[in-house]
Amino acid sequence: MLECKNLGIQFGGLKAVDSFNLNIEKGMLYGLIGPNGAGKTTVFNLLTGVYKPTTGTIRLDGKLINGKTPTQINNIGIARTFQNIRLFSNMSVLDNVKVALHEKVKYPLLASMTHMFGFNKKEKEMDELATDILKVFSLDDKSDTLSGNLPYGEQRKLEIARALATSPSLLLLDEPAAGMNPNETEELMETIRQIRDRYNLTILLIEHDMKLVAGICEKLSVLNFGTELASGTPSEVLNNPEVITAYLGE
Amino acid sequence: MKVNKKTIINIVIMLLAYALVFVLINSGVLSRQYKSLIVPICVNIMLAVSLNLVTGFLGELSLGHAGFMSIGAYSSALISIALSNTLPPALAFFIALLCGGILAAFFGFIIGVPVLRLRGDYLAIVTLAFGEIIKSIINYLKFTGGSKGLSKIPLYSDYRNFTVVFIITVITIVLISNLINSRDGRAIKSIRDNDIAAESIGINISKYKVSAFVIAAGFAGIAGALYAHNVGIIKPSIFDYNKSIEILVFVVLGGMGNIPGSIISAIILTLLPEFLRGADNLRMLLYAIVLIVMMIFNNSKFKSSLSLNKTFRKLGKEE
Repeated sequence: MLECKNLGIQFGGLKAVDSFNLNIEKGMLYGLIGPNGAGKTTVFNLLTGVYKPTTGTIRLDGKLINGKTPTQINNIGIARTFQNIRLFSNMSVLDNVKVALHEKVKYPLLASMTHMFGFNKKEKEMDELATDILKVFSLDDKSDTLSGNLPYGEQRKLEIARALATSPSLLLLDEPAAGMNPNETEELMETIRQIRDRYNLTILLIEHDMKLVAGICEKLSVLNFGTELASGTPSEVLNNPEVITAYLGE
Repeated sequence: MKVNKKTIINIVIMLLAYALVFVLINSGVLSRQYKSLIVPICVNIMLAVSLNLVTGFLGELSLGHAGFMSIGAYSSALISIALSNTLPPALAFFIALLCGGILAAFFGFIIGVPVLRLRGDYLAIVTLAFGEIIKSIINYLKFTGGSKGLSKIPLYSDYRNFTVVFIITVITIVLISNLINSRDGRAIKSIRDNDIAAESIGINISKYKVSAFVIAAGFAGIAGALYAHNVGIIKPSIFDYNKSIEILVFVVLGGMGNIPGSIISAIILTLLPEFLRGADNLRMLLYAIVLIVMMIFNNSKFKSSLSLNKTFRKLGKEE
């Protein structure tokens, strides 16, 4: 489904990511791990068009996507969350999801300005779709809260909900469990599995929490200094001596 | 249209406002001087509300709003003068008004496309420069009357035609408030809150930045047209950056992204200089001081304790 070949980006003299290969099959839960500064988030930014790769290719379902803008890439079917939460904090929880339904439910500007010409019907449709997604994350009872006022864990969940609302085929999660306690992490693991099955998703996630990674990922890649150190099943990778050295030192 | 409690309250407020002004005009309570302020108040409300779309909801500072106003004012005035002998005054006025708005919106597009790549301070400076360029061009051209200005504009939108002006103002407010609570409005607000996230969920940032700019410019043009047909004589110097700043002050005082706030502050700040007229030479000094005090009260820890501000907030949530 997603295939990166020889992917690389250079900032001045620094090769942040270098000849990185990735092959994710449909329906897979794939983990991307590595020490701090290894280039994991840079890979996400390359995949979503925030950065343009200096070398290599990215293909989604065989179609070349590098060089496209983040907006185009989202419309093609890749959605993401951010390591440092980026919600629309002055908008309500419901509106955060509704704005992501932008491409799914459409009506003309004239309807927007007059609140007529099918406006109510379309808005109702959006409300229902958004509430359905919020229910998955048990956020539906908070739909009128300003998203900036949500507790941290729920903000992370809302970000996933918002990404889901764009109906992606590939979901990129950047440290979804960061700042969560073990119980919340447990619950999140369950939710991630659920949404994959329910929405037929392929998921690529970056995570530091080894328990989460080993628990739900079917395959892992380890990045270190912008290059791939190892890849394989979680048990293979986590017992790889090179990986252990990269994390813990000699 | 959704008929709920909020809509009914808003309609009642509008009708009350209309009745109040109607009674004030016809009962003779108001002096000529205050009567002549009624249309400028409506014009300023329209300017403030439309600028709020760009500044409060899109989150971009625009210092060229008076430029769009001047395009609307001049184009409508020229059309109105040309049509004054051939068409009935009301029809000529509406054609002029519409053309003023459309032309201003067109200029909003012209300026919007290149500058949407800029953001923050850079965009503010470019819009400021744009306003000054428009002023200079109008000053230079022959058919606009140069620096002497354009006179003998039919006085259609003065207080005697208050009903028309009021309806146009209400339509402006309703259209912009509706826009904000819609699919397109949410896209605009998402760009303000976090443009990177907005891109990541497939919002076309450039398109919505330009749309917000164009819509705001269009309504500023209509406001300019009302203004031109109210005063009868317009000069380029009226539409300088001071006017743009004045509009921005309405928006900032009323609260970014708060439409009722913009309306209230436009009313107060249009009336204030008249109330201070007695102070003669100290007038502008007092105006500035009152402005500073209002800003401090409006944006401080007193915020929650101030009832005035609470009403602002409440009204804001209603929109």
